[in-house]
Amino acid sequence: MKIKPMRVLLYVVLVIVSLMTLYPFLWMIAASFMPMADIVGGNMQLISPNMSLDNYRFILNVNNHFPRWFLNSVIVSVVGTLTNVFLNTMAGYALSRIEFKGRNQLYYALLALIMVPSQVLLVPNFLLINSLGMLDSYAALIVPAMVNIGYIFLMRQFFVNFPSECEEAAYIDGLGRMACFFRICMPLARTAIATQAIFIFMGFWNEFTRPMLYLRTMSLFTLPLGLQTFQSRDAGEMWNQIMAAATLTVMPIVVMYFVFNRYFMMGVRMDGDK
Amino acid sequence: MTRKTREMVQGWGFLLPSVVVSGIFLGIATVFVIYLSFHNVNLITGNNVFIGLGNWERALADPMLHTAIRNTLTFSAVVVPAQTLLSLIVAAVLNSKINFKKTFRTVVFLPTLTSSSALTMIFMFLFNIRGPVNAVLLGAGVLEPGGNINFLQSTAWMLPLIMIMNIWSTFPMYMTFYLASLQELPKSLYEAAEIDGAGEVRKFLSITVPYLKPITTYVLLTGVIGTLQMFDQAFILTGGDGGPANAGLTITLLIYRMAFGPVNAMGYAAMIAIALMVFILTLSFIINRLNKEERLY
Repeated sequence: MKIKPMRVLLYVVLVIVSLMTLYPFLWMIAASFMPMADIVGGNMQLISPNMSLDNYRFILNVNNHFPRWFLNSVIVSVVGTLTNVFLNTMAGYALSRIEFKGRNQLYYALLALIMVPSQVLLVPNFLLINSLGMLDSYAALIVPAMVNIGYIFLMRQFFVNFPSECEEAAYIDGLGRMACFFRICMPLARTAIATQAIFIFMGFWNEFTRPMLYLRTMSLFTLPLGLQTFQSRDAGEMWNQIMAAATLTVMPIVVMYFVFNRYFMMGVRMDGDK
Repeated sequence: MTRKTREMVQGWGFLLPSVVVSGIFLGIATVFVIYLSFHNVNLITGNNVFIGLGNWERALADPMLHTAIRNTLTFSAVVVPAQTLLSLIVAAVLNSKINFKKTFRTVVFLPTLTSSSALTMIFMFLFNIRGPVNAVLLGAGVLEPGGNINFLQSTAWMLPLIMIMNIWSTFPMYMTFYLASLQELPKSLYEAAEIDGAGEVRKFLSITVPYLKPITTYVLLTGVIGTLQMFDQAFILTGGDGGPANAGLTITLLIYRMAFGPVNAMGYAAMIAIALMVFILTLSFIINRLNKEERLY
C-alpha cells in the first residue's frame, strides 16, 4: 500500500490540535486528584500514586460554598432556559405566522437592537437593575436575559420554512390559537427548541460578567463567579483545590455535550453527514 | 371580535414579553448610556450634572484610556488573524477524507463549552511559576534551573497570555462555521480540478479559499467584535485591576473600573462605552460594505 505523505501530514496536524485542546483539560482533571506536592516542582505526570478525593472533600465539606453555588447555577440556568424557550418560540412564531399591524416595524426594531454590543450596556443595565430593586438576586441574572433576539430570529426562520397544513387542520377542528401553538406547533418544533435550549443553558451556566456585577451575597453566587472568588480570596496558590472546583464547574456541560451531542452539532450546523 | 382584531391581540400578546424585556434592557439601556455619557453621574446622591462633552475632553487627556486602547487593538490585531487562520486550517483538514473525523470534531470543540472563569483558572494553573509550562520549559532546557518565568505577574507576558487563552477557546467555534460552509461546497468542483491534475494544496488555494470568502468575512467580523469587547479573561487573570503596569487593561476592563471602581466615574465609563459602540458599528458597516461591493463584480 502506498503511503501518501499528504495524508500523514493531515493526521499529524489533527493529532497536534487535539492534544493542544485536550491537554489543559487532562491537566485540570489530574491536578484535581493530586496533593499540592505532586503538581509543583516540575514533576508533571498525569498519574500519581498519591491520587485521592481530598481536594473534592475540601471544596465540598470544609470550604463548603460550592454545593450552594452549584444549586444556584442549576436554578438560574434552568429557569432562564425555560423562560427563553417559551418566550423566544412564541415571539418567533408571532413574527412569522400571525398577520398583524406593526409586525414588520417590530421585526426591524428587534433587528436594530440585536446590533448593540452587549458590553456597552453593562453600566446602564446595572443602574436599571438597581432602580428596579433587582440587584443581588436571581432576578438580576434571569429577567434581563429572559429573551434572546438571536434565538427569536432562529425560531422565526423555523416557522417561516415550516408547512402550515397541520395548524390549518387544527383550526378546522376548532382549536384556538393558544391551544394550537402549545399542542401542535411547539411539539413539532422540538428539535429546534432542543438546540436552542442547550445553547441558552450553556450561556447561563458559563456567564461570569453579569453575576460578578449584580451579586454581592456570597450564598447567591453561581459557579463561575464562585470559582473566581474562591481562587482570589481563599485558595491563592492551592491549584489542586482550584482545579477540583474548575472540574466541578466544567463537568455538567461536558456531560451534557456528550449526551445531547446531536443537538450541539445541529446548533453549529456541523452535522453535514447528510 | 373580528378576525383582524383577534390576530392583532394574539400577535402583540405573543410578542409582549420579548418586546418589554428587549425594550428595557436593550432599548432604554442604549438611550440611557447615551444620556449618561454627557453627564457627571453621582451614584450616592442621584444627581446627574450635565457636562456636555466634558467626558470626551477627559478621554483625550487620559493616559490610562490610551493604554487600554493600545492593548485592545494589539489584542485584536494578533488574535483575529490567528483564530481565523487556525480555524480555517483545522476545518479544511477535518473536511478531507480521513478516518476518526467524528472523534476529532468532538474533541476539538471542547474548549467552546468551558466557562471563561474555569478556562482562565486552568491557564493560570498551567502558567503559574511552579506549574506545568515552566516545568516543560525547564525540562527542555529552554530555561536555566531556577529561572522560572512568573507569567502571571509579568508585564511582558500578561497580554500574550490572554491572547493564547482567547485563541485556544474561540477558534473551535469559528472552525465549526467553516466546516458547515465547507460541507456545502459542491464536490464536483474538486473532481473537475482533479481531472485537470490539481494537487491538494492547489485545490485548497484555488477552490476552497475563494469559496469561503463570505464566511471568512463573517468570521473576521465576529472575531473583531468579540475581541474588542474582551472582558472576562482579562478581568480574572489580572484580578480586575488590569495587572502590573496595566499590561492587561482592555477597554471594557477600563469601563468596569471607571464605573464600579473607587473612582466612581459612571458618566465617563458610559462615554467610553459609546465610543466603543460607534467604533464597532462603523467597522461592521465598512466590512459589510466592502464585501457587498466585491460581490457585484
